[in-house]
Formats: sequence, structure tokens, C-alpha cells
Amino acid sequence: MPVSLIIDASTLHSVCEHLYNNTETYFDMLTCITGVDNGAEANSMEVIYHLYSIPFNHSLMLKVILPRENPEVETITTIWKSANWLEREVYDMFGIVFTNHPDLRRILMPADWKGYPLRKDYKHEETYRGIKIDS
Amino acid sequence: MKATQYIAAPDNLVSSEPNKFDAAKLRSEEMIINLGPQHPSTHGVLRLEVLSDGEIIKEVVPHIGYLHRCFEKHTESLPYNQIIPFVDRMDYLAAMNSEHAYAMGVERMLGITNQIPKRVEYIRVLVAELNRIASHLVGVGAYGLDLGAFTPFFWIMRDREHILRLLEWACGARMLYNYIWIGGLYYDLPVGFEQQCRAFITYFAPKAIELEQLLVDNKIFIDRTANVGVLPLNLAINCGATGPMLRGSGLRFDLRKVDGYSVYPEIDFEVPVGEGKMGTTGDCWDRTWVRVREIHESLHIISQCLDKLENECKRTREFDPQAIIPKKIRPQAQEIYVRAENPKGELGYYFRADGKSDIPFRCKVRACSFVNLSILPELCKGVLLADLIAILGSIDIVLGEVDR
Repeated sequence: MPVSLIIDASTLHSVCEHLYNNTETYFDMLTCITGVDNGAEANSMEVIYHLYSIPFNHSLMLKVILPRENPEVETITTIWKSANWLEREVYDMFGIVFTNHPDLRRILMPADWKGYPLRKDYKHEETYRGIKIDS
Repeated sequence: MKATQYIAAPDNLVSSEPNKFDAAKLRSEEMIINLGPQHPSTHGVLRLEVLSDGEIIKEVVPHIGYLHRCFEKHTESLPYNQIIPFVDRMDYLAAMNSEHAYAMGVERMLGITNQIPKRVEYIRVLVAELNRIASHLVGVGAYGLDLGAFTPFFWIMRDREHILRLLEWACGARMLYNYIWIGGLYYDLPVGFEQQCRAFITYFAPKAIELEQLLVDNKIFIDRTANVGVLPLNLAINCGATGPMLRGSGLRFDLRKVDGYSVYPEIDFEVPVGEGKMGTTGDCWDRTWVRVREIHESLHIISQCLDKLENECKRTREFDPQAIIPKKIRPQAQEIYVRAENPKGELGYYFRADGKSDIPFRCKVRACSFVNLSILPELCKGVLLADLIAILGSIDIVLGEVDR
């Protein structure tokens, strides 16, 4: 069972840099980034970073809690290259903006898709480019 | 198309996935080459936008999402046991392995991991390893096809058919099984399966060596793949590569050994790694070689599973593989990340349960093909256009899993 840690969004980059460089933690692999929408009641979103250290064989869940309006967090692509596509996916599905990301475009959905599908209050459009969307 | 389904308008015919590079802003020697999404060597519906200077590639931009089927959205409205068929459809070449990982994750949430009977666990490992062989066969054979070797593809399809027939006999489906259930299995193995499976091993072991001699040790194949697409180990780890991609770069890292899930600790097998035999460690040849060696290791695992299934964990009249399947699957409020070694890399599931419903609050898949494919732009800087196909094929992606 991995340890989980909730940190402030503004400190994310420096915390990650420390975890990556420190010889006692040495989290050399960013396995996964998950976005979670807690819904309108809780009015918050989460970004969860799953880190793994190959030499020490331990893993860590790093959590950042963001508001549902204009969620923003700094990118960590400068530390782990695997963050590039994983962050794009979270942006695509939740609309969480990763500042300073080198190439923040939609990845799975079409570029002109409206809305962020994995938000709990997402309502899809009636049609997409003239094609009726069945629900 | 019916008029109600599609409204014709000129605006609707514009590309929904625009190029990243603007053709008007290119320098005079640069050009954009579009590859896919309907191209046989992209292994599915992958589109690559290549910015090239003559034959030299400057930048590759993969455009994915053409096979996006909203897996994660679907999981928000389905109970845990009904998600299993959706899991099959992600990596459709290795559905058993995905099911195994998924079932393990939900069992861990319910806290019934220790109650699973040994026979069920051995059957799970047996079918997962059979599926691993089938997946690697397609990976290696289709890679030969990409590089112009036509014969091996027919050979692997012939041998893979035996595996698919065995799995069809066990569960009724050829590729999308829905066989491993949370807490057990759909059926026990059919009577006589063990003997047929042994007959398959006897038949297939020499064929695997033959395939290795025909394709991997072939001079033309070596010339096309050795020293091409070299992925250094530090870059591989930093980019999140797993599976044969990571092992091809020389790190002995296999989750079956590291995590020791299911009954893998009781089974003896080796983890092959790339050694740079034909060129540099981490080149396309090494990755393919690792896959071929893993086929042999999987055969070794299967024969050990069969030994157990015929002796200690024998089939009995009373044995019911559905005995401890929970009637109601409602985990307590928690979050968990589960991972397992799929043929293509680390498959991870992140679950969050709220403890109030049978439906996961969030189920996220860490798809190995998705992360492995994200390395392609790094690997392709400055290589020849002809090597792009060699590099792409060596990653061994399944678009069903990339797009989910």
C-alpha cells in the first residue's frame, strides 16, 4: 500500500524536485498522473502523482487539491519526461491547466471538442460536426 | 446515413485533429509528411505527423484518440464486475493479463486476496502466460512484417491460433474472454485441458526456436534493427518506459519478480534483459530479442503451472471456481493503485471507492502502450525516415490501449 501525501499546489514543483534529487528518496519514475473530480458538493479537484523509486522499491502518491474554477498547477515535465502526455490527458479530461507545459493540447478528444468529459457535471453537446451524439 | 444522424455542412469536413506544425511557416528545406491513421505499419489507427528535412526526421508528433471509447467514463456508471468486459477491450491482444490485474485490484480493495484458492491462482497465471505468448507472437511477427519479412507473420498466426483455440475451449471466446472474475473464475478448466496444453508446449517449443532463427537472427533483420532507435537506460526510466522497452535497455525489472503478486513467487523463471549483442544496448533488436526470450520463459512458467494443476491443486468434483465470488461487491471507502506486468509493460489501475455504492467513484488506467508511445518523439529525433517504422514497431503498441 503506497503512502499518500497531500501538498500545496504552489510547492509541487520544488517538492518533486527534492524527491527526485534526494539520494534517500530518489523517486526516479513517474508512473501515472490521475485527475479526480470530487463533484460540485465538495467543490474541489485532485491531481494525484504516482511516484516510484526503482532502487528502493517504494512508491508514493502525491496529491494536489485544486478548486473547480480555473484549476491550475505547475507542470513537472522538466523533472520527468513521462509527465508530458499524462498531464495532457488530465488537461483533456478535466480541464486542469498545467502552467509552463511545453505542448498543452487535447490528446484523446478531438481538438475542437467542447467541455471536459470526466468532470462530474459534464453534459455532452447535442451534435459534434453534424453527427448526432447518442447518450 | 440517415438524415437525423448526420447534418451535412461544409464546415463539418475540416480536419478535427489539426497539424501541430504550420506548413506556411516551415523553412524551405522542411516538409510535413503525414503517416496514418489508415496505414498498416502504424498497428492500428495512429497518425504520425513527421517534420522532415529530406530523409532526416526533425520531429514526430503522434496524434492519437481515434479509438477512444471512453473507458474511464463508462466505469463511472458500471458496477465492478460489469467493468471486466470493458477491460478486455483495452489491450485486446492480451485480455487475460488485463483481467488478471483488474481482478487483483478489486480483490485487494475487498480484502479477499488471501482467500483465493490456489487452483484458481494457478489457472489465472496459466491463461495469462498463454496470452502473453500470443501477444508477444503478434508483436514480433507484425514487427517482421513492418520490416518486410513476410513469412514469420504467417508462422506466428498459425501458432497463435493454437493458443486462441485453447483459450476458446476454456472460456468460450477467442480474444475477449471475461474469464477471470473478481474472486474466482467463470469456469474451471475443461477436462483434458492440461493434456492438450502440454501437447501445445511440445509442439510450440521448437517452433519458437525456429522463429528466432528465421527472424531475430536473420542478417537482414539485424541490419535493419541493430543500433537503431537506441533508448539509453536513464532516458527510459525518466520517460516511464516499462516492460520489454525498459528491459531492452538493460534493467532487470519485472513486476512479477519485484511485486511477486499471485503465485509468481512460487514459480521459477528468468527475466531476460537486453545486452547489446548485435549493437548497442537498448536498440530495436534488443527489445525484440527480449520479447522472444520471454516467450520461452512463459512456456517454462506454463509447464510449472500444469505440474501444479495436475498434482497438488488437482481438479475435484467439489471444486467450484465461483465459490468465493462476493455476492455484493462494495469496497470500503479507500483509494488504491494496483499494478501488474502486462506483455507490453506495467498496467496500473487507480481505484477510488466511496464506500456507499457498487460503482467506482473513479477508475483510472495507467496504460503501458500509452506511456511507451510517448517516448517515440524522443527516439525519432535525427533518424532516417525508413527507421521510423522500425522504431515504432519495436515499441509494440496496441491502439486499443493507447486510446482506451
